[in-house]
Amino acid sequence: MAQGLSCLRGDRLLFKNVGFELKTGGLLYVLGENGSGKSSLLRLLCGLLTPEDGEILWGGKKIKQDAENYLSNLTYIGHLNGLKDDLTALENLQMSARLSGSSVIESKALAALAAIGIERCANLPVRVLSQGQKRRVALARLWLTESRLWILDEPFAALDTASVNVLASQLSEHMSNGGMTIITTHQDVSISAQSTQTLRLSS
Amino acid sequence: MLRRDLLLALRRRSDVATTLFFFLIVSSLFPLGIGPEAAVLSSIAPGVLWVAALLAGMISLSRLFAADFADGSLEQMLLAPQPLALLVLAKILAHWIVCGLPVVLLAPLIGLQYALPNDALLVLVLSLLLGTPALSLIGAIGAALTLGVRGSGLLVALLVLPLYIPVLIFGAGAVAASQHGMSAQAHLSLLAACSLLSLVLAPLATAAALRISVE
Repeated sequence: MAQGLSCLRGDRLLFKNVGFELKTGGLLYVLGENGSGKSSLLRLLCGLLTPEDGEILWGGKKIKQDAENYLSNLTYIGHLNGLKDDLTALENLQMSARLSGSSVIESKALAALAAIGIERCANLPVRVLSQGQKRRVALARLWLTESRLWILDEPFAALDTASVNVLASQLSEHMSNGGMTIITTHQDVSISAQSTQTLRLSS
Repeated sequence: MLRRDLLLALRRRSDVATTLFFFLIVSSLFPLGIGPEAAVLSSIAPGVLWVAALLAGMISLSRLFAADFADGSLEQMLLAPQPLALLVLAKILAHWIVCGLPVVLLAPLIGLQYALPNDALLVLVLSLLLGTPALSLIGAIGAALTLGVRGSGLLVALLVLPLYIPVLIFGAGAVAASQHGMSAQAHLSLLAACSLLSLVLAPLATAAALRISVE
């Protein structure tokens, strides 16, 4: 749940008084034109930025106070893929899984890469992959994580149609298992959820 | 995290080699420039070798977090449920293993060029072993503070070099003391104290600096 959020970047007020409440199985679309503060809102919600005003609560507690619990329930995939160019796709996936606190055996990581259709590239260094393939390696984390809240910044960007559908059905499954997702996108993708909200930011 | 960074260093050996060759070349230039007089060389050796080691560690500092910052893995580190200071410590340890330890191991070889006697060589290695961790630890604070700033390489030097002064004084002092037949124990204890103090404080300060830099 978030209440009365404002965000100041430099001297510019991006938005003020933004609030919402996300329930189990809920999906929140954050919409708005370029530069309206969608990414900043998502980074605020992760705790990477500090809000100028307002507070963000997880299970009734402020996220800064209960950081460890909140962060272990959170998966964030931002604009940047967070991949190491010199490591292979498989190594990247295992490293990021270990960083989020769950060590992952190789067969499970391979299955995650297969789910999003890039098992062929598992042992290639990420450096040689295309933009869309890199994105898919980053998104493969969603098949491994057990966290309840997913915050995804433009997850469909650079993906081909087949991958978009695969990802959309994974998101729908996450929500039907009681997960929550906050997402920004410009594409019209149908994702089913127990409740869907839309938050429109205007500059 | 430690394993990841060591693996990355292994994949990019050139970065490691740069640091090591820098140390090798800088410390070899002095004997060439000053001439082969053993007395002069051995009297400047402690200072020169320590400054060379210090600068060699310095040039790799700006890379410590920059790559992670650029590709977004730093964000993921910040969002990991583990304490950030611990992850930072692992990264610093990896930096020391990759940049500090080779310098320590290479030092006796370079020391021979300076006509250092055997016991002074031993103290040199010992002082570097105790002192270089402090260099990596203190340097990490500077690297984290200047993250994403233009011209960060030079800024790191300006921030960090003054903080290196105690380490330099005690490190070079230890070698000089043993050359003059005195015990180097006091200097070495102080060096170890510097390293221990920065071991406690630096990861916390670095973690705080990283959070600020990412905002």
